[in-house]
Amino acid sequence: MNTLFALLFYFATLVFVVGTLYRISIYNRTPAPLKIPTTPAPVNTGGVVLRMMREVFLFESLFKANLWTWGVGWLFHVSLALVLIRHLRYFTEPVWSWVAFIQPFGMYAGITMVLGVAGLWARRIFVERIRYISTPSDHLMLALFLAIGVSGLVMRFVVHGDVISVKGFMLGLMHFDVQSLPSNMILYAHLSLVALLMMIFPISKLLHAPGLFFSPSRNQADNPREKRHISSWAKLMETGDTTGAAK
Amino acid sequence: MSATITAPAYRIIPIIPALKPGAMEGSGPFVANDKIQEALGFPGQLVDDWHDRAIAKMSELLGKYRSLKVYMDACVHCGACSDKCHYFIGTQDPKNMPVARQDLMRSIYRRYFTLPGKLFPKLVGARDLTREVLDEWHNYYHQCSECRRCSVFCPYGIDTAEVTMAAREILDSVGYGQKYDNEIIGKVHKIGNNLGLPGPALKDTMEGLEEDVKEATGIDVRYPVDVKGAEVLLITPSADFFAEPHIDSLIGYGKVFHATGTSWTLSSMSSEAANFGMFIGNYEQLRKVALRIRQAALELGVKRIVVGECGHAWRVAYSFWNTLTGVGDGADQDDKFAMMLQKQLDHRYKQPSHICEYTWDMIERGALSFDKEANDKHVITFHDSCNVARGSRMGDYPGGQFDIPRNIIKSVANHFVEMDPSTTHERTFCCGGGGGLLTDDLMDLRVKGALPRMEVLQQAVDEHGVNFLAVICAICKTQFSKVMPYYGFDRKMVGGVHQLVSNAIRLGE
Repeated sequence: MNTLFALLFYFATLVFVVGTLYRISIYNRTPAPLKIPTTPAPVNTGGVVLRMMREVFLFESLFKANLWTWGVGWLFHVSLALVLIRHLRYFTEPVWSWVAFIQPFGMYAGITMVLGVAGLWARRIFVERIRYISTPSDHLMLALFLAIGVSGLVMRFVVHGDVISVKGFMLGLMHFDVQSLPSNMILYAHLSLVALLMMIFPISKLLHAPGLFFSPSRNQADNPREKRHISSWAKLMETGDTTGAAK
Repeated sequence: MSATITAPAYRIIPIIPALKPGAMEGSGPFVANDKIQEALGFPGQLVDDWHDRAIAKMSELLGKYRSLKVYMDACVHCGACSDKCHYFIGTQDPKNMPVARQDLMRSIYRRYFTLPGKLFPKLVGARDLTREVLDEWHNYYHQCSECRRCSVFCPYGIDTAEVTMAAREILDSVGYGQKYDNEIIGKVHKIGNNLGLPGPALKDTMEGLEEDVKEATGIDVRYPVDVKGAEVLLITPSADFFAEPHIDSLIGYGKVFHATGTSWTLSSMSSEAANFGMFIGNYEQLRKVALRIRQAALELGVKRIVVGECGHAWRVAYSFWNTLTGVGDGADQDDKFAMMLQKQLDHRYKQPSHICEYTWDMIERGALSFDKEANDKHVITFHDSCNVARGSRMGDYPGGQFDIPRNIIKSVANHFVEMDPSTTHERTFCCGGGGGLLTDDLMDLRVKGALPRMEVLQQAVDEHGVNFLAVICAICKTQFSKVMPYYGFDRKMVGGVHQLVSNAIRLGE
């Protein structure tokens, strides 16, 4: 079982990292031939960075759209971030002080994360419009997060696992030295689901995370009159055509 | 095309409508015939191998447009956009929700371009590209006015307009175009404007206009055509040349140029600001239409290019002209194509400028004066045109596109009120006729799409006695004049900002 999980995590990490980098490289090399920021938009790069930070940290556009979705969605994402940070303690020795500081918040964030998922799922089930646009994978994705969250909470608050051994296993993985994992079905489930999540990241809607940074309507500066913007494939149309005479 | 055209009842409180699946099925526009298609280099009729060609075209577009690629992947079906589209609000057809409209293409993208869609299509909502899907595309991608309202609210900025443009581009490439858009683009290529108004007729019309203005004001205001060496080249939508109420704004532009002593000209070869190439998402067509303006500017040797009141035309001019034609600033020194024109233009001014930027600048300099009382019979409100609001800018700061037209109105009239703020500025609703849908075969859709604007207009009428809806878009003007009677308004309530300027401007002497 130890070897099995070790292999699973090596594989999942590989798929996650390589897959996501591959997708990002596609986004990066695909040109944006026209200036299409959704205006009013910042007129320079500094402004674009601020706009992007407001989107990433505050979900500004979603806030404009719907307060309930924003509230539940933001709760889920912030909780998830805290939970992820908290889990760094299993990969660092000694534990970084700022991670230790977040530890208590991270524990309760597990609860709010599950609440957030439940809220998002309720919306998907009970709001007619959202139900209409939902695919089975949309529901399964929420089920996955819910299962990961609940299995984690059970180990934290109900059936305490042997966290020392888990940490030993994870630290071992990082040094290609497979240690033994506590024999615990809930832990097995928790880890398997996390590995699954990592593997589907680059081929699913979870790509919204890197995608946001490449969204031309958000990452372009509003300066088309001041600076000529042209893609390489469009530039080719201009060779030998300096008069621009309409044909 | 729908047999009956009905205006929906106003919602008591603007609640989100319940879904009526299939409400707008089979309500799409006329299909372009082979003559219209072939004039643009598209196949005349649906080709036999449309399936393979459509997928190949989609693959090409995914490689050429980052927007399309990212937007196909990034959607999480959160539903933020689902109640934001005026066509959804007016028709209640769930496929007019922006996310559902995108999914008509996303389902195909997933099936042919993603691993999960290839392996487990049902699981991820992927489906095969069938003839039914193609018909669905033609129907629902012509029920989107590319107004970008959904993109304001999307947490990833997904702009359905980009998806609609790609879909129309794919449809054209397999011989399944839209009659109205493609016919109009053909006219621009052939004659120089959307109306098919030839040069001599344009000159006659402008001479007639000079006589009318002389009669009304006693002053010789000029409406020149093809004057070499003029300072300003005015590029305006051709509807301004004789449609009502458009022409009243054209009269206004001429008066402003007259009052500021600026030499200006129209071009008979390039007598169209509108660029329907954007509506069909075809870069080559977009570029070819825009190049006429470059050619006119070079031939006439003008120093400035000013654009008349038109929404998507201003988006194309402001956001795309520099890219497409070099009308703008900041080209690289070795960029011969752009530098050729940019050296000629006067960069003390923004290139291109909106006529509202021009007029407001002159007002601020004190070069214009007005009898505001001339507009006292009007209680005015302003409708932000979608493409100006969310696809362009005026002036030096973000949001100038909202302030400058309002500043002009307040300078020339005494009574101005705002409509409900949840429907103005960046949240404005499309008039219901934008994006290449301003055709009689889509009349039912156009009436229904106007619903949310009509609701708040009614509110402004009831609360403030508004009797003039000012706009800066040729499509808005035509659309509102046509659909407002369905909602019980007088079609003459609609007019241009420069119509108000025209009413009040002092021409001197």
